[in-house]
Amino acid sequence: MKFGVVQFPGSNCDFDCYYALRYILEVPTEFIWHKESDIANYDCIVLPGGFSYGDYLRVGAIARYSPVMEAILDFAQKGGLLIGICNGFQVLTEARLLPGALIRNNCLHFICKQQTIRVENIGTPFTNLCQKSQILKIPVAHGEGCYYADRYIIEELEANNQVLFRYCDNQGRITSDANPNGSLNNIAGICNKKRNIIGLMPHPERSMEDCLGSTDGRLIFESIINYLKI
Amino acid sequence: MIWNVRIKITLKKGVLDAQGKATYKALLALGFPKVQEVRIGKLIELKIEGASLNEVEVQVQEMCQRLLANPVIEEFVYEVEES
Repeated sequence: MKFGVVQFPGSNCDFDCYYALRYILEVPTEFIWHKESDIANYDCIVLPGGFSYGDYLRVGAIARYSPVMEAILDFAQKGGLLIGICNGFQVLTEARLLPGALIRNNCLHFICKQQTIRVENIGTPFTNLCQKSQILKIPVAHGEGCYYADRYIIEELEANNQVLFRYCDNQGRITSDANPNGSLNNIAGICNKKRNIIGLMPHPERSMEDCLGSTDGRLIFESIINYLKI
Repeated sequence: MIWNVRIKITLKKGVLDAQGKATYKALLALGFPKVQEVRIGKLIELKIEGASLNEVEVQVQEMCQRLLANPVIEEFVYEVEES
């Protein structure tokens, strides 16, 4: 089992992801430089958060054409597990590996805070150790996290249970007050139809140890490890 | 031949334009009560070499679709003229 963490120029959660996987969960993990073209030996690839290419043009738009993305498209097509966190989620939508887009938060502010999200589907490689409707405490930190897609795509996502996480309040209620950025249907994370690609705005790698206020992020990475072991 | 291209990119109708909305409120507060709506987009200017207008337009169309605009949320129009 081997994890790879992609480094784009401007990624800044790459070391956090590497630390979480390599030192906390103790699974083999390596960095993948954005100019790499061979990623054949990996089981799961992480596109970390940050500000790839300075967020120029649109968030994720330029990273999407990084040399490594060619190999990642191929990896994903063959069923490899791919997780995009925050800026990584934005890159995945720009690459059309996930539907929709992430646009400016409706409040216009950059939000950086502890957030509660509700698990909506536990039948995926990324959520199999969660309980149905479990409330997770995982921080968000973004300026462009408002999930948008047209009505037909939203209906399709809902019909196929592709919404994996929604912003909720402490009781698990999905309300507009609990929605930090204006995302449609309070969407915080989705997967593709084949369920091998996930994108989410919250940062599980920042909630791995008690000293950080929550260890709920472990559930997502441990689910992946659990899935790969079977 | 060198051509000047101006590409205007705007958010599609129905996509929340948070910047436009905030700027609209600021204009009202500044004393422009007749403003009805504000939409904010991008203007991209580029120079490109090409033998004909058609050749340039085919390329501009492709660069807009693949990189400069995101068709999920944005629309684009462009003007091309000889430099």
